[in-house]
Amino acid sequence: MDGTGQPADERRDWMGLLARAEARALDRLWRGLELAPGFAWLRPPETGTVMLRGRAGAVGAPFNLGEMTVTRASLRLDCGAVGHAWVQGRDRSKARIAATVDALMQTEAAETIRAGLLAPLQQAEAGRRAARAATAAGTQVEFFTMVRGEE
Amino acid sequence: MYVATKGGERAIGKAHDWLAEERRGDPALPDLTIPQIREQLSLAVARVMAEGALYDPDLAALALKQARGDMIEAVFLIRAYRTTLPRLGASRPLDTGAMACDRRISAIFKDLPGGQRLGPTFDYTHRLLDFALAAEAAQDDPAVADAPDETAGHRPETVPHVADILDREGILQPETGADEASPPPDLTRAPLELPAGRALRLQALARGDEGFLLSLAYSSQRGYGRNHPFVGELRIGAVAVEVDMPELGFAVEIGEVTLTECETVNQFRGSATEPAQFTRGYGLVLGQSERKAISMALVDRALRSRELGEEDTGAPVQDEEFVLSHADNVQASGFLEHIKLPHHVDFQAELEMVRRLRAEAGAAMAEADAQAREAAE
Repeated sequence: MDGTGQPADERRDWMGLLARAEARALDRLWRGLELAPGFAWLRPPETGTVMLRGRAGAVGAPFNLGEMTVTRASLRLDCGAVGHAWVQGRDRSKARIAATVDALMQTEAAETIRAGLLAPLQQAEAGRRAARAATAAGTQVEFFTMVRGEE
Repeated sequence: MYVATKGGERAIGKAHDWLAEERRGDPALPDLTIPQIREQLSLAVARVMAEGALYDPDLAALALKQARGDMIEAVFLIRAYRTTLPRLGASRPLDTGAMACDRRISAIFKDLPGGQRLGPTFDYTHRLLDFALAAEAAQDDPAVADAPDETAGHRPETVPHVADILDREGILQPETGADEASPPPDLTRAPLELPAGRALRLQALARGDEGFLLSLAYSSQRGYGRNHPFVGELRIGAVAVEVDMPELGFAVEIGEVTLTECETVNQFRGSATEPAQFTRGYGLVLGQSERKAISMALVDRALRSRELGEEDTGAPVQDEEFVLSHADNVQASGFLEHIKLPHHVDFQAELEMVRRLRAEAGAAMAEADAQAREAAE
């Protein structure tokens, strides 16, 4: 538990899903819900970077690989629920929607959001991944070693 | 000596206006859009991200457009923009074992767990110009992929690294354990200090110039610090980025990045203290760039020659100071190109000195001639 009454695993999942979602799809689904809860910023959207770390030899000591742009935002709904977002890229509107959805998922609107926004995003992501994995699998190769005629 | 120069504002203004026109090219042709560059020149975008050391495909595409396709200028624009952004944190070390691999090949095992996938590769193409691409109107829509398997689409299974297989047998030198308590050194925060250590070297190589690393790696293959590399594994694909949320007390995925990873397995005869075994070189690059990832792995391995007690052949690729001081193309082009800027005062001083020396030498010669004539008479 993370202190807000939500199992951390579940919250991790939807925050990740929102961060990975295509901004346009997220925007369209969010508008479709026609929810416009009042809120106050705890931290208005701010764009910065996160340093990506790799590991030497994939498993050894960490090193700094390079940065990635990230936008974060935090807000409190009028009902008191607090939402956070850290999303890849520089899209402030995406960060605002993601933080609002994170907050609403802690209210009685959770089921509406799950059905009308998270489920379609999940489906779209699964479709994208499956299509790419299928394309990659199509390039699976079997190399043969030619046996020399040694008689 | 640098002396501020004044004047030329009007000419500079006109030059920049002309630059904008030349960048745009023939106005009768449609303007390139950022999404077009991002999607259709994606490997150029990847290179700008890798050497700019900032993962953001749209920004890299914009930089390429503004720089008229000049890679190093685009990298410079990205580096400059990065300095305006606050650092919000650092990711957990990326788990490349959980990569959704577009491509994964091994040059040392033909049958490896997880299989070999060619991915979208230039390998096995005939390198013949495809004039169909020049016939603008005749391009087909891309083929629609087969309907995805409904059972797929979950997170990819962890695909074991080929190195793990050798590791289990104990014939590959293990990666030394990590000091996770202290953050790795960061070139963007502190100037390079030598000796650098492997973490700092890997950061410098990851953002280093692809051409420079390619040439160094090639020099090692040709015999200047040879290290007998095999490509144990090369993989390209998407990796999740996780960050510990200070607000929440747990880690959350904040996005995905495409990475290219190369692990080389190198011959090692052993030393006084260690038995014969294979050693490792490692390359990890933002975006899709296997030429750079392989180059980086070869250079990483060459720079470990001293630590492995190998003979110092004096090869450039084994010289940490040489490699790290010259790998950054923004630094290099900054210093190189500054010599075209006004050096009027410097040159004036040199000019006067050369004139004086010539005058003195002329006078001395005239005197010597006069003495010689006198002696002859």
